[in-house]
Amino acid sequence: MSQVFYSKDHEWVVLGDDGLATIGITDHAQNALGDIVFVELPEPGRNVAAGEPCAVVESVKAASDVYAPLTGTVAETNQAIIDEPALVNSAAESGGWFFKLRLADAAAVSSLLDRAGYDEFLSTLA
Amino acid sequence: MSAADLLGVVLQKTPLDALHRRLGARMVEFAGYEMPLQYAGIMAEHNACRASAALFDVSHMGQVEIADAARFERLVPGDILGLKPGRQRYTLLLNEAGGIIDDLMVANLGPHLQLVLNAGRKEIDVAHIRGHGLNVVTHFDRALLAVQGPKAVDVLPEGAGLKFMDAAELQIAGIPCVVTRSGYTGEDGFEIGCPGTSGEALAELLLARGAVPAGLGARDSLRLEAGLCLYGNDIGEQTSPVAAGLNFALSKKRLAAGHFIGSAAVNAALAEGTPQKLVGIRLDGRAPARAHAEIRVGGELVGEVTSGCFAPSLNAPIALGYVRADLAEPGALLDLIVRDKPLPGVVTALPFIPHNYVR
Repeated sequence: MSQVFYSKDHEWVVLGDDGLATIGITDHAQNALGDIVFVELPEPGRNVAAGEPCAVVESVKAASDVYAPLTGTVAETNQAIIDEPALVNSAAESGGWFFKLRLADAAAVSSLLDRAGYDEFLSTLA
Repeated sequence: MSAADLLGVVLQKTPLDALHRRLGARMVEFAGYEMPLQYAGIMAEHNACRASAALFDVSHMGQVEIADAARFERLVPGDILGLKPGRQRYTLLLNEAGGIIDDLMVANLGPHLQLVLNAGRKEIDVAHIRGHGLNVVTHFDRALLAVQGPKAVDVLPEGAGLKFMDAAELQIAGIPCVVTRSGYTGEDGFEIGCPGTSGEALAELLLARGAVPAGLGARDSLRLEAGLCLYGNDIGEQTSPVAAGLNFALSKKRLAAGHFIGSAAVNAALAEGTPQKLVGIRLDGRAPARAHAEIRVGGELVGEVTSGCFAPSLNAPIALGYVRADLAEPGALLDLIVRDKPLPGVVTALPFIPHNYVR
């Protein structure tokens, strides 16, 4: 199984064999957001910089930005969460992925956290 | 830590605080109180209220007593002297300009009137009322619980004898309560005031009888679907009740007599109309427009959203907002600007879903 990396903005990243990075929000993030009712995803072909807001999730009550955890070009988006936003709640770290990036620099994943590092980061949040 | 903690603001707790934490509530700051935003989730709690019965802690709202109905009537546009014992009415504290200081419930309990004031306005209201020579007895330490939903009467059979907007002092499991058949969800239901020290026992009883705990998140989506204004969002000191569509709270008799603060301005607004009106808006698609989103027609700015959410019962986004009066008719097409993009919406008669009161 591929290693999963995490950002402090609560995104997860998996590097696939096809060289694309699949990106979604963490289970912690979906739980904090609550019932997700709408997702807006970036257009394929868009170039995004690490830290740039590039997707939006709306819960019943509020809108939240999703940030690009790494720099790259959007290669693919997940139509399933457009059709069924609740999938982000039920399968945040699997079928509820957001988009795939062709990374500008695959080595940049080393700037992200591993699971233990992310768990430690979560434990610092009130 | 919350922002309020960092600012050194000490948040108040309701008498049900320990219960919320036992039930796993996600707590948030609201009007100076730590309040439950949600327990199981806003959607589930919302649906429980529409299908069965939900229990809300609204102890942050201000319960006060006043005895002098004649003098109180001078501060509001409603018929207070005509409010019979055992009845409740929605009314408004107005300023001289006809703006809304607060919206509130007033119940005639016989020897005195009971008011239920918005949490964020209660201190201002009490000062305003006292400033006009009335004696106000505050009971801010009391608990106030709302049981709302089509099965509310199964949860509170003691209240079965009440009809919509009735009020009575009842014993519930030996706890002395003030019960009104009313609420803020559009559903049948009750609001139950009791001594703060009995609040948790009463809440536990209502939960044991099948009510589902629900937080402020569901309360907001429920009231918005029901087309009910939220003070601070949809109405405020700059808002005319005529612009807000609250004409039902304006007594014809009292308007004609004119003996209340703000009467001249309210009568003028009724005669001349207001430049803007509050409307319900249904949006195409699934993206909600939130408070402060611009409303445009053909690119021209014509208004602003004051409340918006995704409506679980409609499976669609809805909003309340003020628009230019000529656009306030159902069917008018509007663009709501969200993230710099126009989302098409249509002015829709309120409420968004029918009220389900037991009259």
